[in-house]
Amino acid sequence: MSYIPHTDQEVKQMLKDIGVCSLDELFKDIPPQYQPASFNLPEGRSEFEVYEHLKRLADKNAASLVNFLGCGFYDHNIPAVVDALAGRAEFYTAYTPYQPECSQGTLQAIYEYQSAICLLTDMEVANASLYDGGTALYEAGMMALRITGRNKILIDGGVNPIYRRIMYTYTTNLSIDFVEIPVSHGQSTREEIYKHLDDKTAAVILQNPNFFGAIDDHSDIIKRVHQAGALAIESVYPVSLGMLKTPGNMDADIVTGEGQSLGLPLSFGGSYLGFLATRKKHVRKMPGRIVGETADKRGNRAFVLTLQAREQHIRREKATSNICSNESLCALKAIIYLSVLGKQGLVDLARLNFDKAEFAKDTLARIKGVEVKRSSPTFNEFTVCLPRDSREIVASMIERGFNPGLPLGKYYEDMKNYLLVCVTERRTKEEIVRYAENLEAVLWN
Amino acid sequence: MELIFEESVRGRKGLRLPKCDVPQAKDISGRYKREKPAQLPEVSELDVVRHFTRLSRMNFSVDTHFYPLGSCTMKYNPKFTENIAKLTGFSQLHPLLPQLLLGGMLTQGALEVLYNVERLLVEITGMTEVTTEPLAGAHGELTGMMLIAAYHRDKGSRKKYVIVPDSSHGTNPASAAIAGYQTISIPTDKNGVMDFKEYKNKLNSEVAGLMLTCPNTVGIFNSQIKEICSLAHRNDALVYYDGANLNAILGKVRPGDIGFDIVHLNLHKTFATPHGSGGPGSGPVGVRKDLTQFLPVPKVIKRPDGTYALEENRQKSIGRIASFYGNFDVLLKTYAYILLLGKTGLIEVSEKAVLNANYIAVKLKKYYDLAYDRICMHECVFSATRQLANGVHALDIAKALIDRGFHPPTIYFPLIVKEAMMIEPTESESKHSLDRFIAAMRGIAELSQNNPEVVKSAPLNTAVSRPDETKAARELNLRWIA
Repeated sequence: MSYIPHTDQEVKQMLKDIGVCSLDELFKDIPPQYQPASFNLPEGRSEFEVYEHLKRLADKNAASLVNFLGCGFYDHNIPAVVDALAGRAEFYTAYTPYQPECSQGTLQAIYEYQSAICLLTDMEVANASLYDGGTALYEAGMMALRITGRNKILIDGGVNPIYRRIMYTYTTNLSIDFVEIPVSHGQSTREEIYKHLDDKTAAVILQNPNFFGAIDDHSDIIKRVHQAGALAIESVYPVSLGMLKTPGNMDADIVTGEGQSLGLPLSFGGSYLGFLATRKKHVRKMPGRIVGETADKRGNRAFVLTLQAREQHIRREKATSNICSNESLCALKAIIYLSVLGKQGLVDLARLNFDKAEFAKDTLARIKGVEVKRSSPTFNEFTVCLPRDSREIVASMIERGFNPGLPLGKYYEDMKNYLLVCVTERRTKEEIVRYAENLEAVLWN
Repeated sequence: MELIFEESVRGRKGLRLPKCDVPQAKDISGRYKREKPAQLPEVSELDVVRHFTRLSRMNFSVDTHFYPLGSCTMKYNPKFTENIAKLTGFSQLHPLLPQLLLGGMLTQGALEVLYNVERLLVEITGMTEVTTEPLAGAHGELTGMMLIAAYHRDKGSRKKYVIVPDSSHGTNPASAAIAGYQTISIPTDKNGVMDFKEYKNKLNSEVAGLMLTCPNTVGIFNSQIKEICSLAHRNDALVYYDGANLNAILGKVRPGDIGFDIVHLNLHKTFATPHGSGGPGSGPVGVRKDLTQFLPVPKVIKRPDGTYALEENRQKSIGRIASFYGNFDVLLKTYAYILLLGKTGLIEVSEKAVLNANYIAVKLKKYYDLAYDRICMHECVFSATRQLANGVHALDIAKALIDRGFHPPTIYFPLIVKEAMMIEPTESESKHSLDRFIAAMRGIAELSQNNPEVVKSAPLNTAVSRPDETKAARELNLRWIA
């Protein structure tokens, strides 16, 4: 099946109108010696056969493990209305809203999404979306370099290690001086940051809650960062903002995050959503598309892509970013999710996550040999220290039907016995108790 | 139309959360807490449904309108592939699971999908290996530029420049610049391809690479492409294939066979995954054999025992370019699409896409000036210069098309064509649908001659008409404020 409507008769007629004898003649600019050396693909199949094949592959995945793994990518409930509305073909089969008159739906939805991101983070402006949380953080770093004209970035060790690796990849060819600030499983180490903060520093990158789940108030750090003439970049977890002090309130300059938790499935890593918000004074240095409200010639409210002079299709090599396609449909899902969740809903959801995680902490702490780290308050993720290498314990827990968390030794060499555990609103009390029972059995039986 | 925030009624709720089944925990200190809740809407589920359904109806889309947006390949997106991405065995899978001990064996199905997609794309492009990680076309370009840099660094050199033709997409020079290169622009000759002499002159030992779209953005396949590539190779410059226009050449020619070193593909174009109002896209990158060592990690491999695993340590890898393995749901849809169409179906795609573009070119050239009057590939570019004599711009024609129920072509791109209108019909459209579009374009051409003011006042049938873009940029209003 090729989804091609042409009949043989139509093809003949069209070729005649074009004035050629065959389809081959239309390809005459491709010299015959350019023929593919091979094009060895399977022949087409019906959708029913392809479905069976893919269903078999889907069934090979243990997607039904009871999930206590987070690390920036969370297993939240997604109300049916999100997919029902984002699944409308008028949204998903359209493209970038270059022509405002026939794209008001997309434009207004993005404007509403930008508004919601600003409200969540307490920032002044947000863009239309970036690829994911990691690339958004990289874009924020680049933006800080552009704004300050400096070339040194301090990055807290509590920033998601996956994001940190992304930053290093992109900046290999640029002369940027990165300093990684060591951190244990608690809050940011102030003295270490201040030691490296100087007049060459463009930005300090922080995360709240950090990778270990620790909650912090970075206001004091940010004050010092500003005194040094640098910018503060905060990477945040949007659901936690139902409860935690906002980056805007801490006076951050650029805020980014992974929007997956706003109505997107885990889906083996994508499609996700990077968001980026900042202060109005930096808007012209911001990467990505931006929707603005204006009026049409009749005076009606209208929405358009604006400040396009920053973008690659106008500015080419001088653009603020190379981004073209972003994650528009994911941004749409996020605004639908936030709308249906609502003002009180976000507060309650955050509280639910917090309460369940605290319950899990207390439950796990009762197991002999398990130490729950309590040096800082946490949101819905926390670290526990186990009596031996957590990697093997994880394997045993997987065998028992749990996705038990991340062995921290993977990213922090001196934390081999540590496990990062996440509890969202999807986990029931019974599941948490069973998790603890199984962990105890794995440790001591 | 009202914003969702303006529909808010204090105390209204749209969702019921699970009841808390654990004791309420002791609160954290006030200094860590949010002062006031975010002013999110307070609306019912039906409010949300009505609001976004109404919004959706203000859009043109492939499912509702012919959408010949040049260079974007707005083909039909099969409904079936949407179902595949929703299979819970995929949609509920945590991406870190295969990175845990034992976890790899529990994600064999997902890893096999990644591996199979890669192998299919390898065969389609003629490259040796592909990474599925890049999350959009421009992201693939940036990955490609970093691979070029890694290649030269490995040889102990740095090199300064990347060559791009002046007909290229804006993302090309932007991606090169972000990777740390300066760009050299080469003009287009009178036949619509990169000026070969100029290219030869500009090529020097400091050139790291060359980025080409092939067929290019005026829809022309450069017959000299092999010479262009070998000349670059003689200078130890790598040649990058921008796959935006791959829809023209499936099974006809493979970038890997004619000298390209690095290729990116836009799965949301050629392989029919939906454009989503501007993403998610997917931009896998393929490379020739000696560049595979630089590909980003983690990389899916097939072990001798037939199982799949993630390779995380490639000594010379450029590193991590995204959080995980790519836009996995898009990759799933691509996989299903390629399996559905198969070899014959994919070849037919290109043949019919090229047929449709040439049909439009021939039928409309009496009314509009073709930028290059010759057989084209998957798209044709007109210039509205004839209409400009009466004061009608490409923009006016675009707006008049909206009134007639067609999404406009890409306008004012490529930059080298004055008043450009770039039309890419794709293979999905029937002769009947093309004829209707041609008739509309013809009508607009006639109106431009006889009554240009009417064209310039379009559109009349839309919710809004000609929003004031200057006002939007001057009086920035980028968010709702309570």
